[in-house]
Amino acid sequence: MSDIDIRTAVQEELNNIAPEIDLATVDPAADLREALDIDSMDFLNFITAIHHRLSVDVPELDYPKLITLDGVVKYLEAKLKSSTS
Amino acid sequence: MVEFRMPSLGPDMEAGTLVEWLVKPGDWVKRGDIVAVVETQKGAIEIEIYQSGQIEQILIDLDSKVPVGTPLARIRTELEAKPGAAAAAPPPITPAAPPPVPSLVRAPVRPPPPPIAAAPGAAGRARASPAARRLAEAHGIDLSTVTGSGPAGAITYADVERHLGEAVAPPERKRALWLDLDAMRTAIAAAMARSKREIPHYYLEHQVDVTACEQWLTQKNATRPPDSRLLIGALAIKAAGLGARRFPAFNGFFRDNKFEPAQAVHVGVAIAIRGGGLAAPALHDADQLSLDELMSRMRDLVQRTRSGRIRSSEISDPTITVSSLGERGVEALYGIIYPPQVAIVGIGKVVTRPWVVDGAIGPRSIVTLTLSADHRVSDGHAGALFLAEIGRLLQEPGKL
Repeated sequence: MSDIDIRTAVQEELNNIAPEIDLATVDPAADLREALDIDSMDFLNFITAIHHRLSVDVPELDYPKLITLDGVVKYLEAKLKSSTS
Repeated sequence: MVEFRMPSLGPDMEAGTLVEWLVKPGDWVKRGDIVAVVETQKGAIEIEIYQSGQIEQILIDLDSKVPVGTPLARIRTELEAKPGAAAAAPPPITPAAPPPVPSLVRAPVRPPPPPIAAAPGAAGRARASPAARRLAEAHGIDLSTVTGSGPAGAITYADVERHLGEAVAPPERKRALWLDLDAMRTAIAAAMARSKREIPHYYLEHQVDVTACEQWLTQKNATRPPDSRLLIGALAIKAAGLGARRFPAFNGFFRDNKFEPAQAVHVGVAIAIRGGGLAAPALHDADQLSLDELMSRMRDLVQRTRSGRIRSSEISDPTITVSSLGERGVEALYGIIYPPQVAIVGIGKVVTRPWVVDGAIGPRSIVTLTLSADHRVSDGHAGALFLAEIGRLLQEPGKL
C-alpha cells in the first residue's frame, strides 16, 4: 500500500470521528487529540477502524507513537512494510 | 385491547412531533420493538413499544404534535384470544423495570407475521427509520432494494449497514450534523435550571487510587484486538452501578414530593456530542453486565447518541447518572443532577501523584470522584459511604 493510500485511509477514518473538521487545516505535527477534540473512546474507535481497514493491530503500548497525523502514517507505513517483507 | 401512549422522554418534555411510523395496522410487534420516531428538542428519538401484540389501529397522523400520554395506537395483546376478553389496563408510562426476565406477554403459539412487503408502502416509499434513510442517501442506495428486519419489514439502520457490506468506500462529503443543537441546548438549559431551583444539592469528593485498575487493564488489553479492549470508564460505570445497588438512596426518582427507589440500576452515561450537545442515555442494568458486555454496549450507545439514534427507553430510564470529562480535562467535576434522578457521580481525569502506600511514597494514578446528591433523599453520611464503596470496588478490578 502506498504512502498516499495510507494517509488517505487515515484521514478518512479521522473524518468519520470528527466530521466537521477540515483535516487540511490540521498541522500534521500537532497532537490529534487536541486538534480534533477526541477522547479515549474516539481514539479506540479510530484504532479499531484502522485494524479493520488496514489489518494493522495497534497494541496499547504503541499508542504514544500515534499522537500526530505524521506519527500515525509513519507507524502504519512501517507496520505494513514489515508485514510484506 | 390496550392503548400505546406517547411516553415521557424527560422531565421537561411535554410534547413531541411524530415524524415516522414504522408499523401499520395488522403488524405484529413485541415489547421493545421500535415502532415510531418522534422529533423532540433532544433530537429524533426511536420510540419502543411497551406492549406485545398486533397493531389494531394507528391513532395519530404523521407530523402531528403529540403531548406525553396521548394514545398513539391501539394494540390487541396476545392474551386476548377473542373479542370480549378483559382489556389489560394501560401500563405505566415509566415502568419500574425488573432485572431481565422473559417477556411478560408470550403466547404459546405465535401466528406468523404477515408476509413482508418488499414494495414500498402506501405513501410510495419504503418504510425506514430516519437514520436508515440518511445512511442510504449518503451511500446512494435505493431503499426498495434493502430487506427490512424491523417490524413488518421496516428498514432499520442495521439493515442498510448490512446491505452496504464492507466494499463501499465512505462518502466524500462530511456527514451532516442533523441534530438541532440549539433545541438540545434549550432543553438542557431548562432541565438544569429546574434542577438547581428544586433540588437541594450537596457535594462530596473522594480521591481514589486507580493504579490497580490501570495495571489490570494494561494486562487485559495487551492480548485483545481493538474491538474488545476495555476503557477505564467501563470499570467506573460498573463500580458506580454496583455501588448504587448497595446504596438505594442514590438510585431512583424524586417525584410528587417523595422518593421512589428504582428496582433496577440503569446508569445514565453523560455523552458529549460534537458541536456542543449533551445527552445522558441509560445503560440498562449496568450493575449486572459483565465488563465486556458493558464496554460493548457503551460503545454502541456513544456511537448511536452521537449520530442521533437514541431509543425512548434510554432517555426515560436512567436511575442515576455518571459523568466523566475525559483525560484531557480537569481533576474534578461537580455535576448537576438530572431530574427526577437524585444523584450524579462525577469522574475527573486520572493524574499521577505522589502517594503513600504501605508507608512509602511513590507515584500512583489518582482519580477524583465526586457525588452530587439530593439532600431531600440522602445525607452526607450515606453519600460518603456510597462514594467510598465505589472507590473500594475499583481496588479489585478483576472482581467487577
